[in-house]
Amino acid sequence: MNGPHDLGGQHGLGPIAPEKDEPCFHAEWEKRALGITLSCGAFGAWTIDESRHARESLPPATYLAASYYEIWTRALETLLKRHGFVSQTELDAGHMLEKGREPKRVLKADMVAGVLAKGGPCDRPVAAPPRFAVGERVRTKNFNPETHTRLPRYARAKMGVVEAVQGSFVFPDDNAHGEGENPQWVYTVVFDGGEVWGEGADPSLTVSIDAWESYLERV
Amino acid sequence: MSENHRGPEDDHGHHHHDNHFTDMEARVKALETVLTEKGLIDPAAIDAIVETYETKVGPRNGARVVAKAWSDAEFADWLQRDATAAIASLGFAGRQGEHMRAVFNTPDTHNLIVCTLCSCYPWAVLGLPPVWYKAPPYRSRAVIDPRGVLAEFGLELSVAKKIRVWDSTAELRYLVVPERPESTAGLGEEALAALVTRDSMIGTGLALSPEAAR
Repeated sequence: MNGPHDLGGQHGLGPIAPEKDEPCFHAEWEKRALGITLSCGAFGAWTIDESRHARESLPPATYLAASYYEIWTRALETLLKRHGFVSQTELDAGHMLEKGREPKRVLKADMVAGVLAKGGPCDRPVAAPPRFAVGERVRTKNFNPETHTRLPRYARAKMGVVEAVQGSFVFPDDNAHGEGENPQWVYTVVFDGGEVWGEGADPSLTVSIDAWESYLERV
Repeated sequence: MSENHRGPEDDHGHHHHDNHFTDMEARVKALETVLTEKGLIDPAAIDAIVETYETKVGPRNGARVVAKAWSDAEFADWLQRDATAAIASLGFAGRQGEHMRAVFNTPDTHNLIVCTLCSCYPWAVLGLPPVWYKAPPYRSRAVIDPRGVLAEFGLELSVAKKIRVWDSTAELRYLVVPERPESTAGLGEEALAALVTRDSMIGTGLALSPEAAR
C-alpha cells in the first residue's frame, strides 16, 4: 500500500541526528513494548507480514509522529483486537474484563532463548525454476495496491538488472492477508541512480531491492 | 494521544520521535496488565527478551564476523557465498538473522544498508537497531542522497567512490564488511574486532584505524 511507511526518496523529514553512544532503549516502556510484541508474536495467530501491514496501516499523521515502539504498540493493539485476544474496552480499562481467545502458545521465560535462536525462517521451496536469470534486464511492475506489498513506490516501473537469485520465500503480499504463503523466487535487482531519481541523480549511485518474481516483467 | 505530538518542523532534538514517554508508559502498562491478567504473556519472558538484547546480542557479534573475514580468506569466501551459514558457524543466528548476506566494501565501492519500508536490520549480528535507523529521515534519504546522509555521520567519501545502497525489502538481512584499515597486518582477531564499529557494518561509518581505536 502507498502508506506512510513507504519513505524512500521523500524530502523534508529533517536531519538524521545520530546519537553518540545511544542506549539500547530510551525508556522503560520501550523494553516492555519490545517484549510484549515478541511475546504476542509467539501466539502464532498472525504472521510478520500481517504485523507489518498493521503498522503501515496507521494513519499517516500518527505514523510519522510516533516513535518506532509506539508504532509497534499501536499495531499490536490492532492485531490483538482483530484476532479476539483483547477488546478496546479492556485496553481502555487497563484490566481484563472477559476471557478472550486462547493462543496456540504462551511464551514463558524458559522458552525465550530457544524461540529467539530459532527465529522465523521464511524460505520455502517452489517447484518451478526461476523465471529470470542473473544479468537479465527486467522492469518492475507499475502497481498501487491498497493491500500490503514490499515493492517500494520509488522502485516501481523502473528498469533494472537481476544481480542474484536469492532463493524462494513466502510472498508477503498474500501472506499479510491470510491468503497463504504462496512462495516465489526473490531476486536482487539493481537500478542506476539515474533510472530511479532522474535528472540530477548522483551518477555514482546504484540502488538495489530484493524483489519477488511477480514484481518483475521481461523487457 | 496524538494531540500531544508536535509536528516534525519543531522536532529536531536527538530524541525526536521518542519524547512522549508519559502517554506511552500508560498505554504499554495497560496493555501489559490486560495481557498478564489473561495469562497471555509472562512478564518474566519479557525480562528475558530485554536482557538478551541488552547484554547478549549486539554489534560485537558482527565485529567478530568482520574480524574473522579480515583474518581468514577461507572464511571471507564462505561469508561471500553463504553468509547465513558462515555467521551461524560463529554461533550467531536466529531472529532477524535467518537469512543473511554480507556485502564487502572495496577501494571502488562503498555499501550502505537501509530499510525504507520499515526497519529491517540484522539483529543476530548487530542487535536492535538505533533510533536513527528506524526513523523517517534516514529511511527517506539513504536511497536518494546517500552522500548527504554519510556527511551527517561525518563521513566524506572520495567522489571517485561508487555508492551501492541495499534496500532490505525482503527477508534478507545485510552486513557490510568494511575495508580492513591500514597498518593492521600484525593484529589478531580480537584486536581487529575492536576496530569494527556498528556504523561501519551498516555503511554509515568506516572501520577505525588502530590509532583512533586507542
